[in-house]
Amino acid sequence: MLVFIIKRLLVAIPVLLILVVGTFILMYTAPGSPFATERGIPPAVLANLEAQYGLDQPFVVQIWRYITGIVTEFDFGPSFIYRDQNVNDLIGQGFPVTLTYGFWSFVVAVIIGGALGILAAVKHNTWLDYLAVGISIGAQVLPNFVLAPILVLVFTLWLGWLPGGGWQGGQWQYIILPVIALSTSFMASIARISRASMLEVLTSNFIRTARAKGLPMHRVIFRHALKPALLPVISYLGPAFVGMITGSVVIDIYFSTGGIGQFFVASALNRDYGVMMGITVLLGTLTILFNLLVDILYAWIDPKIRY
Amino acid sequence: MALLEVADLRVSFDTPDGTVHAVNGMTLSLDAGQSLAIVGESGSGKTQLAFAILGLLAKNGQATGSVHFDGQEILNLPEPKLNKVRANEIAMIFQDPMTSLNPYLRVGDQMAEVLMLHQGTSKRKALDESAKMLDAVRIPDARSRLRMYPHEFSGGMRQRIMAAMALLCRPKLLIADEPTTALDVTVQNQIMELIADIQRDFDTALILITHDLAIVAGACQRTLVMYGGQVMEMGTTDDVFEAPSHPYTLGLLNAVPRLDIPQEALQTIPGDPPDLTRLSPGCPFSPRCAFADGPCRETMPPLEGFGQGRLRACHADRETVT
Repeated sequence: MLVFIIKRLLVAIPVLLILVVGTFILMYTAPGSPFATERGIPPAVLANLEAQYGLDQPFVVQIWRYITGIVTEFDFGPSFIYRDQNVNDLIGQGFPVTLTYGFWSFVVAVIIGGALGILAAVKHNTWLDYLAVGISIGAQVLPNFVLAPILVLVFTLWLGWLPGGGWQGGQWQYIILPVIALSTSFMASIARISRASMLEVLTSNFIRTARAKGLPMHRVIFRHALKPALLPVISYLGPAFVGMITGSVVIDIYFSTGGIGQFFVASALNRDYGVMMGITVLLGTLTILFNLLVDILYAWIDPKIRY
Repeated sequence: MALLEVADLRVSFDTPDGTVHAVNGMTLSLDAGQSLAIVGESGSGKTQLAFAILGLLAKNGQATGSVHFDGQEILNLPEPKLNKVRANEIAMIFQDPMTSLNPYLRVGDQMAEVLMLHQGTSKRKALDESAKMLDAVRIPDARSRLRMYPHEFSGGMRQRIMAAMALLCRPKLLIADEPTTALDVTVQNQIMELIADIQRDFDTALILITHDLAIVAGACQRTLVMYGGQVMEMGTTDDVFEAPSHPYTLGLLNAVPRLDIPQEALQTIPGDPPDLTRLSPGCPFSPRCAFADGPCRETMPPLEGFGQGRLRACHADRETVT
């Protein structure tokens, strides 16, 4: 197992390297410049700026400097837009925010989605099933850019219970609405997947054996059916968790939370090469880590999987 | 007083293609410690009969009639009451040992939970007891096997584990549903010997469900032949094999390949099993029966006794069926 984990982490290095080079090439070939303005700037100033950020160097030199910067000093370089901040500062500011509401969204989505899915499967073809399926389809088709304004309308403007935006260091009142808006569609997917897989597991022979043993239904579900029913859910949860903790541009913009989701999109629009690379590498690393975690969980649940 | 008494049991399933009548008025009785083989081809309703007794029918299935077991009516008993009967009084061994054990739980845990549930045994004692039972079904090195998972055992071994698990609470009745179907012939023999030994040593009653006449011969005192969800005939195994009184039994016995006489081709019963969504009022076997007559297609012959405790349901004269 340990050997497997080490191997996977070693494989992650070339994967990340390919990701960095690939993204770098895409940015390099994309038209536009971080310094472009409406009025245009004098060529001499532009040349100066480019020299300062190293953009005048050949491609290979640029990418070499970038990678050695990361490897030797864990320095992701400066931001090309926010003049006095480097990428580490920006991510250091934004990521804790995204991580907080992303984590809580994950918790909410897993608990509610999982409960809905299992309940629907156990009460298959009853009104509870139809209700649960109805809720999850409703939640799935409601995009968060529609849900977010509705939430603000109801909870901020009509009821006045919760603030309509801001972060304030992550006080709980400011977390609730972003969490609802972000978790809803994930919750729906989790409900759908767990319902389908639970339904399938419940028809398997070993469940019949468990029932023939005289186990009460809740024991059959939680002791015998839950583990196998969770497997497909877990493979979804890995990437979903990364998706949630790296935030969403809609949430960040709508609730002014200041997470990295917003930086990511802004950096792409502004050609803020540094920030864009930084967040890409962060996303890539998290994706690799959580896929590894999913594989480890699989081995833990399914005794047939041994690394 | 019979241990198990099944009267006019009917099982049907609602499906998109109509109602499937799997069991149509089954009647049988079994005394404590006795063994009965239920024989019939696939689709004759024998497995659903067993599932109905234990309340294990699929959700779209319903059962009517009566199943009297050890002084109480257990058909359609509410789940909590039925759970006290399952494994504790009536245990079952299933058809496919490869999928009947939970692949995600250790064998020991799956066995121990039966005792912990029904007898309130501590886990440690339940595991001890499980190890002894694995010993009894001749699994070597039982103690350490408890920590293994089902996929680490062969099919025959898994069926032994199923048998051991079924016996933990010393049930009064063991239902074995085609316990050897998924196994190769040599292992089949071992499992059948094991089941026969179990039946003797633990003094449980046994219902052995099978389509394989060869394994019935040695294992059960009585044999019941089933077709279209109904009893065709019943008697002691020796009687039924030596002097079959029903055309269907005759067909089944002729279909057993023989080595002692030269045979050109395998004997078969012409035709297909009945369409269980559209049963005729007559004998379900009549469309395939060489002896069938006008009345056979219109009315189901009643189950009539003859000889020494034998039963048959057939319009044809007994003497002519040979």
